[in-house]
Amino acid sequence: MRTRVLIAGLAAVGLVAACAPAQNTPAAGGGDEKTGTVRVWLFDEANRAPKEAAVKEAIAEFKAAHSGVEVDVQWIPVEGRADKFSGAFNDPASAPDVAEFGNTDVSSYAATGALADLTGDLSSWKEGADILPAVLETAKSGGKTYGLPWFTGIRALYYRTDLFAELGLKPPTTLAELTETAKTIRAKKPELYGISVGGKYTYAMLPFLWAHGGEIAKQDGGKWKSTMDSEQAKAGVTAYANLLKADICPPEQCANLTGTQSITAFAGGKAGMSIGGDFNRKAVEAGQVKGKYAIIPLPGTEAGKIAPAFAGGNLLGVFNATKRKSLAVEFTELLGGAKYQEKMYVAMGNLPTLGSVQQKLAASDPSVKPFVDTLTAGTKFVPATAAWSKIDAQNVLPTAIQQIATGGKDPAAALTAAAAEMNKAFG
Amino acid sequence: MVTKEIPRTTAPAVPARRSPRRRRDGRAALLYLAPGGILLLAMLVYPIYQLVLISFYDYGQPQAVGNAPLVFLGFGNYVELLENLQFWEVLAKTLGFTAVCVVGSLALGTGLAVLATRVRAWARVPLFLAALAAWATPAMAGSYVWLFLFDADFGLVNEVLSGLGFTGMANHSWTFDTYSTFGLVAAEVIWCSFPFVMVTMYAGLKGVPEEVIEAAYLDGASTWRTTWSITLPMVRPLLTIATIQSIIWDFKIFTQIYVMTNGGGVAGRNLVLNVFAYQQAFAGQEYGLGAALGVVMTLLLLSITGLYVRSQRRSAGWV
Repeated sequence: MRTRVLIAGLAAVGLVAACAPAQNTPAAGGGDEKTGTVRVWLFDEANRAPKEAAVKEAIAEFKAAHSGVEVDVQWIPVEGRADKFSGAFNDPASAPDVAEFGNTDVSSYAATGALADLTGDLSSWKEGADILPAVLETAKSGGKTYGLPWFTGIRALYYRTDLFAELGLKPPTTLAELTETAKTIRAKKPELYGISVGGKYTYAMLPFLWAHGGEIAKQDGGKWKSTMDSEQAKAGVTAYANLLKADICPPEQCANLTGTQSITAFAGGKAGMSIGGDFNRKAVEAGQVKGKYAIIPLPGTEAGKIAPAFAGGNLLGVFNATKRKSLAVEFTELLGGAKYQEKMYVAMGNLPTLGSVQQKLAASDPSVKPFVDTLTAGTKFVPATAAWSKIDAQNVLPTAIQQIATGGKDPAAALTAAAAEMNKAFG
Repeated sequence: MVTKEIPRTTAPAVPARRSPRRRRDGRAALLYLAPGGILLLAMLVYPIYQLVLISFYDYGQPQAVGNAPLVFLGFGNYVELLENLQFWEVLAKTLGFTAVCVVGSLALGTGLAVLATRVRAWARVPLFLAALAAWATPAMAGSYVWLFLFDADFGLVNEVLSGLGFTGMANHSWTFDTYSTFGLVAAEVIWCSFPFVMVTMYAGLKGVPEEVIEAAYLDGASTWRTTWSITLPMVRPLLTIATIQSIIWDFKIFTQIYVMTNGGGVAGRNLVLNVFAYQQAFAGQEYGLGAALGVVMTLLLLSITGLYVRSQRRSAGWV
């Protein structure tokens, strides 16, 4: 009996030592066929119809210019994107030719080698020079560009004009004033949140962090190191966490809110203010507060300054394994070009990434102005490393915000723990 | 007179004659077992083998697609996991949560099964229909229904409670406090898992022959005594199965926690192991670490059920 166990044990050790886990072979460079079907993955949206209409128009134009070419669009749910993209990376045969993805995922996707380097294609594209440099930065990983910026997501301050008039309030000019204004609203109208923001709304917290002079992480000799434990970061995160208090947005309701849920509360008339993106405007327009709100850039720590916003946004990228490389790139350039960026703005409210289109829209549509002003004032981005996707998935920053907001940990302890977690992910 | 010698026959060569048959039996048995065996090898043994293998490597998405070299870590992933304080905290919460869910669904299920054997059909049928409806509700739908019922602003429960005079309950958030959240999720889990226990135990109770009970009464046994000494030992095998099933299910809860606590509650204080594994390892594409956690969970579950089965065997002599 004992020998049998011993043999079995030795065999097990041998198996483990001798074999390595299954790996797929790296996606080989595809082909360059000029006919056939171009497969495209785009994100599904809460209200997809206008997006779908704009995309269909682009497809019709593309098909008219290329005979024998079909375009097949699949709508990918944003929440389930990790599984879908992992599947595409593992099995290049089932991967699309063109895909839309968030710019915070670029580094981790690029690390799999599945995305084509578009640096050359974009520099030879006639509209390529028009892409705003700060926005183009968010499509890069390790110096190479892996996507065409399709639209930019910039967040600003939404507030209720009717409520401000009734209570005799003025739009805040500093972050400290914003906190005071929010307290006044909640004190006079206890059924409303002073400002609806949430513990899981990282992108609303980041401007507070940056406005106070903090940074998420710094790169030193190619290695990232978290700076969330600095004094400036502590001041910024604490200022944001202080909004999640009983006298503004009670933690019982707000500590676990995401960005979408925060905006939903504002659109439903439950809050005096909120932080939302250009892409949220359609949802707010569809809510009870239609016509009763205005948008201004989120103020900084001093009057007259704008808090640096997170340069969010989505890209259109091409997969390495594509069998129709030039068709895929051409379709990307058509859908990401000036004509369809403008159509997508009309359809979804997405802020264009091309300077000329942005200027044109800002001149004709005043509601774009706060977002363009915020963008011009300077934006920032999350650390451009594959580790960011992991830090994001593990809820490192939301956990710290929630711990501070609920008093579970004091700011220094919560942020030191968060910095340690991040450094572990950076490796 | 010559007595005829009785020819001495050699003792029948029993082993020699039975051996081919036994061999044939063995072959037939193998043949019958083969489909199941192959399925088991392909669907269980191989994946577990891969799981264990992956757990010894630094294995992320770049490694899975072959774009980065494999690095053998030995027990590195396990050390990282066991050194993580949050893992122990989540493990303790998972064990407590599982215990509450298992005891709750067993108590409710068995209680209602006893009730079902005592009432007439007109009462039993609605009871079973209600239980089956709860059982058939998908975990996702059930979780959302419970969330709506207990919603802070629009939930029926708060409305009823404040209507009854508990005005403090208006706008009360059930999913904020750690224990209140776990309690709510546990209630939902018990609600959707007691029907299995109830149906199983009802079948078991119905299977106890009436003659035996009658005989016990004739011998002067009290109801209590009959329950403990006659009924319980007879339904013990089924009770054991129901318990093991409940332990396995409740230890691996994912959907209810993920949906009802918005992915683990405020600051992750309502995480259970499965959700923790998903968040730490799979969403973050750290498959090596996730595999190590999977192996640890499997071993834990095997030892918990193993210990339980052994204790049952000892106390009842049941195999």
